[in-house]
Amino acid sequence: MEFIWSLEFGDWNLINMRHVITLLVENEFGVLARIAGLFSGRGFNIECLSVAETLDPAVSTMTIVTRGDDQIIEQVLKQLNKLIPVIKVVDLIDKDFVEREMILVKVLATEKTREEILRIVDIFRGKVIDVGAKTYTIEITGDEKKIDALLSLLKPLGIKELVRTGRVAMSRGSKAMTELT
Amino acid sequence: MKKTGSQIIVECLKKEGVDTLFNYPGGAVLPLFDELGSAPFRQVLVRHEQAAVHAADGYARASGKVGVVVVTSGPGATNTVTGIATAYMDSIPIAILTGQIPTSLIGNDAFQEADIVGITRPCTKHNYLVKEIKDLSRILKEAFYIARSGRPGPVLIDLPKDILVDSAEFKYPEKVSIRGYRPTLEGHPGQIQRAIHLILKSKRPLLYVGGGIISSNASKELFHLSEKLGIPVTMTLMGLGGFPGNHSLSLGMLGMHGTYRANMAVMESDLLIAVGARFDDRVTGKLESFAPQAKVIHIDIDPTSISKNVRVDLPIVGDCKRILSKILSLLEKEETHSFREGLHKWHRQIENWKAIYDMNYQQEQIIKPQYVIEKMDELTGGEAILTTEVGQNQMWAAQYYKYLKPRTFLTSGGLGTMGYGLPAAIGAQVAFPNRLVIGISGDGSFQMNSQELATAVQYRLPIKVAILNNGYLGMVRQWQEFFYGKRYASSSLEGVSPDFVKLAEAYGAVGLRATKPEEVVPVLKKAFSIPEPVVIDFVIDPEENVYPMVPAGEPLNQMRLV
Repeated sequence: MEFIWSLEFGDWNLINMRHVITLLVENEFGVLARIAGLFSGRGFNIECLSVAETLDPAVSTMTIVTRGDDQIIEQVLKQLNKLIPVIKVVDLIDKDFVEREMILVKVLATEKTREEILRIVDIFRGKVIDVGAKTYTIEITGDEKKIDALLSLLKPLGIKELVRTGRVAMSRGSKAMTELT
Repeated sequence: MKKTGSQIIVECLKKEGVDTLFNYPGGAVLPLFDELGSAPFRQVLVRHEQAAVHAADGYARASGKVGVVVVTSGPGATNTVTGIATAYMDSIPIAILTGQIPTSLIGNDAFQEADIVGITRPCTKHNYLVKEIKDLSRILKEAFYIARSGRPGPVLIDLPKDILVDSAEFKYPEKVSIRGYRPTLEGHPGQIQRAIHLILKSKRPLLYVGGGIISSNASKELFHLSEKLGIPVTMTLMGLGGFPGNHSLSLGMLGMHGTYRANMAVMESDLLIAVGARFDDRVTGKLESFAPQAKVIHIDIDPTSISKNVRVDLPIVGDCKRILSKILSLLEKEETHSFREGLHKWHRQIENWKAIYDMNYQQEQIIKPQYVIEKMDELTGGEAILTTEVGQNQMWAAQYYKYLKPRTFLTSGGLGTMGYGLPAAIGAQVAFPNRLVIGISGDGSFQMNSQELATAVQYRLPIKVAILNNGYLGMVRQWQEFFYGKRYASSSLEGVSPDFVKLAEAYGAVGLRATKPEEVVPVLKKAFSIPEPVVIDFVIDPEENVYPMVPAGEPLNQMRLV
């Protein structure tokens, strides 16, 4: 199951493990280019990436979902750490963590399907945020499994457009990322 | 006190202890040059910006200081890219100051605009675009700190014209604090203890050392460690000079064109101690069969080098010099005499390999390149600084000159940049005006930056350029002979190169030529006695090859010896 939202560099290898990496970086121009350039230049792949400011406007947090065998992931983490504006790198796959993604999806809504769509949205605790003559636009938040499940139900009904934010993730428990080792 | 951006730059360079600049002016950077005109730096005007970076690189490698380059925007900046990539691959500290169009015009495709920060992002250790003058002194301070600390490397600072002209209060930052950059210097004590344990248990240990020995000034510690325990040393191309080439424990260089005994020792070793080396493909050959019997200790300041190519049993991240001296001090408490005795068999085996095959060539009626390098070694007693171009000339210079001290062999190891040797020789000679600096060259490589003869003549830099002229792009020809059915596509320069003696004379340098073996020594002696730039055209055997050779991707013991 592949979607247009995934930025891929290099081969997609399903045998490789999926890793969710979270970073703290200096909030300065060019940081995203440095990180994207590192992935493309070294042939690492990015499944998705999201970035935004933290409470401290001088610092941004980034969540990168990537795949690779242990040796590749070791290099990814080390190379990220080597970048000068990168303050901290944590591979959440070693931790207990939560991840969420939000999607907006525009679904064809006909006489016959309107009811069913609303039912599905309800079950998945989503929201209809816009109604067109022939479409519903739905907002939903969840982890990868939930979103994939929803999309598999909506697909047969006709998806006109899909936008995903990419994953954000955080470790469980009381420790902040800066306190993780 | 208020100062202009250009004045702030001059003050910062002074504070960093800069004494020499390699530069080339142009429109966007003229305000800075206007200030540099009266600044107390030695300034070398090169003839091409690529050469400015190579010269600063040669200066940095020879002296251990940060090399500094000042060029203009657009083409001035893009011309530096090969030089920067060369320095990045070999971890050489350089600061490159590029002019840039005014901040208000950036992004408008203005005259001589290039996004040099974008272009050099993957080939600098770090780079900066100065957007506000208040950041200027901090950025310069950080740039020099980043360039010279940790694993050194080139740092570029892009300077828009308005920043050079604007004024601001100048306050020099005394300290640097970059939260995302804290290189590890001290090795982990537990790992060091485990390393000592592994070493003292080994029967066939081998020190495999690279450029890190040189950049961390760890030659003395390496020498004591090797001598104390009797562990033989093999060097990468970048490591040559890190351990005396004439020492009985030196196995010379390893890898594709390494010595027979060095490569065999890697294959038979039970403990490989890698220090400041990065397991490059030219060193390892086929990865799966590299050092098959050995446990691997890897000492390196850059964590990304560890387990990148070869799985390491015991990594120690930190500065080579500090870690080796720590090992030495801990060894004081150990009983090492019996360990050393136990290596007797290993030493004898290495002697046997040396007896089976050592570097050799047959001197015939025509000059052999190896003979030229060997005679240079004899005449200079291994005391000269050699720079090289890339290809056969580089390999013969690596194989037949016995480097005794660090920072005497300057070569583009990682990137393999033709055109490096002549400007690097200029940089080394600027750093050491009274030492003998020889640029080993080929007829192909020489022509990639031969315009720099004008620079050498202008500043009366008495470099000696020795062209090993075989009328071919020799290493390309060798590969075509071995692997492409002797089809010499685009590799012959026979009869189409300029007369190098006349070319030298046209620039105002001295040109000499040797065509027979008996002329080699007299010509070298003559060249060494002339206190001016000299170009020597050695007409050599056109089809001489570099041996031994491990074909790319084969195990190290699959060496072609003839």
